[in-house]
Amino acid sequence: MIVARARFPLWLALACGGLALLVLWSFSVGKFPVAPGDVARALWAAITGGPSGLAANVDAVVLQVRAPRVAGALAVGAALAAAGAAYQSLFKNPLVSPDILGVTAGCALGAGIAVLYSLPVGAIQALAFAGGLVAVGLVVVIGAWIGGRDPLLTLVLTGVVVGSLFGAGIALVKYVADPYNQLPAITFWLLGSFTGALPRDLPSTLIPIAIGLIPLALLRWRIDVLSLSEDEARSLGLSVGLLRFVVIVCATLVTAAAVSLAGTIGWVGLIIPHAARLLVGAPFARVLPLSLVLGAAFMLAVDTLCRTAFATEVPPGVATAFIGTPVFIALLAISFRRSA
Amino acid sequence: MTLAARGLGFGFHGRAIGSGVELSLSPGEVVCLLGANGSGKTTLLRTLLGLLPPISGSVTLDQRPLHDWTARERASGLAYVPQAAESYFDFSLLEMVEMGRAAHRGVFAQPMARDREQSRAALDRLGISALADRPIHRVSGGERQLALIARALATEATHILMDEPAANLDFGNQALILEEIARLRDAGSAVLFSTHHPDHALRIADRVVMIRGGGVMAAGATDEVVNSENLSALYGRAIEVALIPCGAGNPRRVCIPSSGRHP
Repeated sequence: MIVARARFPLWLALACGGLALLVLWSFSVGKFPVAPGDVARALWAAITGGPSGLAANVDAVVLQVRAPRVAGALAVGAALAAAGAAYQSLFKNPLVSPDILGVTAGCALGAGIAVLYSLPVGAIQALAFAGGLVAVGLVVVIGAWIGGRDPLLTLVLTGVVVGSLFGAGIALVKYVADPYNQLPAITFWLLGSFTGALPRDLPSTLIPIAIGLIPLALLRWRIDVLSLSEDEARSLGLSVGLLRFVVIVCATLVTAAAVSLAGTIGWVGLIIPHAARLLVGAPFARVLPLSLVLGAAFMLAVDTLCRTAFATEVPPGVATAFIGTPVFIALLAISFRRSA
Repeated sequence: MTLAARGLGFGFHGRAIGSGVELSLSPGEVVCLLGANGSGKTTLLRTLLGLLPPISGSVTLDQRPLHDWTARERASGLAYVPQAAESYFDFSLLEMVEMGRAAHRGVFAQPMARDREQSRAALDRLGISALADRPIHRVSGGERQLALIARALATEATHILMDEPAANLDFGNQALILEEIARLRDAGSAVLFSTHHPDHALRIADRVVMIRGGGVMAAGATDEVVNSENLSALYGRAIEVALIPCGAGNPRRVCIPSSGRHP
């Protein structure tokens, strides 16, 4: 058997290659098909600033219509997968993710309140971030207070409870929202979708994601030590409290940016890090990059199928649940039987 | 460098479980902590490691109170070997041992070639270098415990504190762990370990500390302290210490519970 460490470059290269093909495919399919060669030429021209030599409507479809949506799907998939990987190490629990911990619901409530008061994009993101922090903070405090013999299960159940509390808050926001303008927008956005991804929204999504990811990448070895028991981590010289705080803030910032753009999309943050770990072993230095690439690829594939495979568009947040549930059950069976 | 407890009271949240503990541990010796279930062995061990603050008295390493040491300084003086519990993620043995090097490197560092070499050397010393790339979920309990000891070696700490290192291990693996502890002592480490088996103390410990009723019941050289009277009082059952011939070597002392409660 080849060791996990040696498999990493191969899997990362395969994932990157697959992602490149997916991007090309996603640009070319849709109501207005564009040949993959033309997609490459239009993108190349846009990057280099030269003329593409293509019809104006082809350029417009590739660059104006599809590019923001593709970029949005890539960013959100990568962000949710990375946040999931970080939460799993932090809570020493392979069964948590932004959605299971209630962080996604917290972000959604924050953003929903901002939409209710017609606040600008920056405020939506700030409130989403605040809502996410409150949710994860509640999970940490309540989980620690309950304690119990099975911390894995306690945390998951606490997350579910906190998530449903914030879900009730979201329901309240919807109830009082203006039924003609705000309610459809909030409802549609809560289903999880990239149709609202506009070129001007991308920087405000990508920058917080990058700000959150950089510390996580730099702390990769410390995050491994953090995934041991608290006594072990402290006796190995870690300032556990400070590190936990930094990782929670970063992972929540990344989640909030993703939720602000695309609403509540579940399961990506749970399944992708799990899959990455099965492929390349436990160290965060390998799980994080592979999760980023696999998360981006998964999200893009799901979104592209959602807008092309059916007569009407299916919200990708709904599709990830349909795909995610059986995949997660399979992963669960594999990892539980293996450790049994 | 000596780890010393003076008039130490230990416990949680300001509530003392035990008090008045006097204990010292220097390189080249093995000290064994004996006590019944719930006597506070683990809490005492965590206090000695600096993971819990002392309720009263002091714990010093190299004559400096533990709380004056930063977490990273402490990690290069004191190493902790927990009971081989279920690990949440499936690191390879080598990756697990490499984490012992974290305190020697910066916050943003990755393990370097030297860390890898030292970790391999630590695995080698414990005779499990062939398992370096094996995921930790796929080795036996004894091998996992050896890997945790290897991680303690990789920290280069002078003092190694082990919480029931032989618990949950079969008879052969218990003997293996004890031999390795004796070898660490011979190589100059200071080892403190807790156990439920007084036989383990008789086998390798230089000194024994018996914890009972919130204090030290008896402490001293193993041969003087581990006797029928003390063990019976410690565990509340009649226990005899017998001398039995063992192979070609000297006769060895073993503990045998005899029937009945200790009066």
